[in-house]
Amino acid sequence: MTTTVPIVRQRGWARTFIRNPAGVFGLVTTVALVSCALLSIVWTPYDPVHTDVLSKWHPPSSAHLLGTDNIGRDIFSVLLAGSRVTLQVAVGSALVAAVVGVVFAALGSLTARWFREIIAVLIDILIAFPTLLIAMMLASALGGSIMVVIVAVGISFGVNVGRVSRPEIRRVSRSEFVTAGIAAGLGPVRNLTRHTLPNVAPVFIVQLSWCMAVAVLAETGLSYLGYGAPVSTPSWGRVLAELQSYIGIHPLSVVWPGLAITITVLGFNLLGDGLRDATDPRLGRPEVITA
Amino acid sequence: MTLRARDLTVNIGGRTVVDAVSFDVADGDRLGIIGESGSGKSMTALAMLGLLPDGATATGSIRLDDREILGLPDRELARLRGSRIGMVFQEPRTSLNPIRTIGRQIMEPVRIHQRLGRAECRSRALELAKLVALNDPETLLSRYPHQLSGGQRQRVGIAIALAAEPQLLIADEPTTALDVTIQAEILELFDRLVDALGTSLIFITHDLAVLQSIVARALVLERGQVAESGSVEDLLRAPASPIARRIVDAARATSWQKPEAP
Amino acid sequence: MIRFVITRLALLLLGLLVASALIFATLRILPGDVAQVIAGTDSTPEQVEAIRSSMGFDQPLLTQYIDWISGIVTGDLGHSMLTGASVTSQLVEKAQVTFPLTVMSLAIALIIAVPLGILSALKRRTFTGSAMSMVSQAIAAVPVVWAGMLLVVVFAVGLGWFPPQGFPRDGWDEPARALYALILPALTIGVVEGAVLLRFIRSAALEALGQDYVRTAAAKGLTRTRALITHGMPNVALTVVSVLALQIAGLLVGAVIIEQLFTLPGIGRMLVTDVGNRDLEKVQGDVLVLTGLVLVLGTVVDIVARLIDPRQREAAA
Repeated sequence: MTTTVPIVRQRGWARTFIRNPAGVFGLVTTVALVSCALLSIVWTPYDPVHTDVLSKWHPPSSAHLLGTDNIGRDIFSVLLAGSRVTLQVAVGSALVAAVVGVVFAALGSLTARWFREIIAVLIDILIAFPTLLIAMMLASALGGSIMVVIVAVGISFGVNVGRVSRPEIRRVSRSEFVTAGIAAGLGPVRNLTRHTLPNVAPVFIVQLSWCMAVAVLAETGLSYLGYGAPVSTPSWGRVLAELQSYIGIHPLSVVWPGLAITITVLGFNLLGDGLRDATDPRLGRPEVITA
Repeated sequence: MTLRARDLTVNIGGRTVVDAVSFDVADGDRLGIIGESGSGKSMTALAMLGLLPDGATATGSIRLDDREILGLPDRELARLRGSRIGMVFQEPRTSLNPIRTIGRQIMEPVRIHQRLGRAECRSRALELAKLVALNDPETLLSRYPHQLSGGQRQRVGIAIALAAEPQLLIADEPTTALDVTIQAEILELFDRLVDALGTSLIFITHDLAVLQSIVARALVLERGQVAESGSVEDLLRAPASPIARRIVDAARATSWQKPEAP
Repeated sequence: MIRFVITRLALLLLGLLVASALIFATLRILPGDVAQVIAGTDSTPEQVEAIRSSMGFDQPLLTQYIDWISGIVTGDLGHSMLTGASVTSQLVEKAQVTFPLTVMSLAIALIIAVPLGILSALKRRTFTGSAMSMVSQAIAAVPVVWAGMLLVVVFAVGLGWFPPQGFPRDGWDEPARALYALILPALTIGVVEGAVLLRFIRSAALEALGQDYVRTAAAKGLTRTRALITHGMPNVALTVVSVLALQIAGLLVGAVIIEQLFTLPGIGRMLVTDVGNRDLEKVQGDVLVLTGLVLVLGTVVDIVARLIDPRQREAAA
């Protein structure tokens, strides 16, 4: 129908993003996470791994902001230190996912037709592997560690990134400036790095923020099952697992780590949503399983 | 049936897309609304049915037989839609439900407004399919929209709009998406049906040639406002407003290039 | 249509084959000497070697893989390296907990997500609508373990309505108690996955709401809400069906964690134990069955989607 098409003024994506409160919330929580992680390197109110049986189960007070746990650790300090593990897992997974994604997207879009179809089928098969199962397979062969979480999330989300960005790379690689690049004598790899990837970057960045959300959830789940962070490391997932037996007596203690995880995951999700809305509203959230 | 619109105004997100538009349509009357895209034609039509997009608000007055219908709750408006006012949309490709058979879609207004049995509905659908001159109506009723041509689909759209025997038919650019040859057929169909059924008609278009072939009286809309109104003949002979002049000039230019066009 | 089904089944078979190869490769090629683990730290190299050959680990990998695969064809998924129990029979036994748990979770997720997803789409410009959208977004970010703990705190510890954990020893011989034990776990998974599903349904409903044919239906005399429900819903259903296979993968993952939290003797808890024991042959079987399930459901969903949609039905014919 020839209705009035509302005139949308062209704005930069950054301005569109800033006007979206959900996206800004995502950005703020992300910055807060990074700040907490950096801060915890130089300062925490108490030693996060110091145990003191005499001061266990202190209620929240000015001395212990969130109280102490079953072995007398200051919960606030543990959470602050735990943000480092969370950030590590989030960034690590995103990096692995980016590499896996680029490889799949490039192989699935720039190669010969028969090879592209094989990659497409392979992606469909790999998507069926839940992140948690990949991680558990790796853990059963290598033992549990943060690295296992990073690799598992990176691979499973990377496949998804590959699937989503494949059509995008094909579109860009057929566009005129890329053809011009080839005409100017750029090789396929240089053309990929110089022209194609910068143009697909928005898709990637959006996907990777969602990947970080999945990574945080996966770390929680796997650390809870005992295949993520090792016992001695202060990690949000581990804290949840360790406090589980006491939820009947000290229910408040599990509220804090859970809240920290939820806000972080929500933040990464909203950051991704906000960036998507600001750069390319056509893209939907991936149908990836929350671990 | 009479329809009176007074100072009809539609706002979307702080923008006024229809601005104090007034018109009357008497029983059996035909009114054309012409304007360029974005002039508020479709919004005027949708406001009459209470089908404005979300976030749009309408003020002013629309009276159907002395009953104010603007601002009625959706439940009340739904009773008028189809039974008192039928509407044909522009895009036959997307206006039909892709996963329902043509027969079910034509029958639906009948089922909603008239309590008829299954067999009666079916025979009524067949009757309607014949009315809009669809070929092989029997098999066509059990087909899906994607199996039909654009012209056939628009005939189905007309059958749906007329199914519950409304006294007013609103057609929003019903021929714009069609080939020129099909356009002429569909216009001829409108002309014949509206005459035969005694239905009033509001016909919306951006094309003067189309307008001229179907109505004698029209409004010219520009940026939501009525720039000019009166007989199409006067409009062609002595367009008063700049926008009307532009439309007439544009139409002359095309017909001069293509003298065989209607 | 038949040709489509055949190609789709062939692809499924290929998918299962590739998946089995990937699982086998991941578990066997990665470093980590299972024989050493089984033998213990104070074992002699001879002992380790003996265990290795008794398990067939000294055979070439391809032979081991073909042995495994040919077993699967006859329904034999291998045996536990520790207890010698048949993987197939163990899976069947544990499925008696996991299967009802997953079905109940899915039912709860759908009961929550379908009506609320549509409602939040319809009311998206009101306070209720945006509140619903925000709440669902927040719940979708909750780790399922934590959700479980909170529900236990409120409904088991606080109100005492449900047992905080456990499953009756006699299992389904005590149907009422068994069902009762599964309610809180299913609710946990159902609420979290329901929030994820709600967002898909909301966007599908929003898309349907903008369709011209929904407007046509309203112009026929339906209220806008009814037009969306009767004409938009089948298309929303298509979306739901297409994300359901992956959603079920999410439910299975949720079940692994939730079975641990509520100490339910299901496949998930068994898998956690097997991974802890480095019982590779068993992990291999467990993972293949779970992944295979997702692949099979994906195929079923694909075929069902074709059946619902006349356009695709024709394209496939």
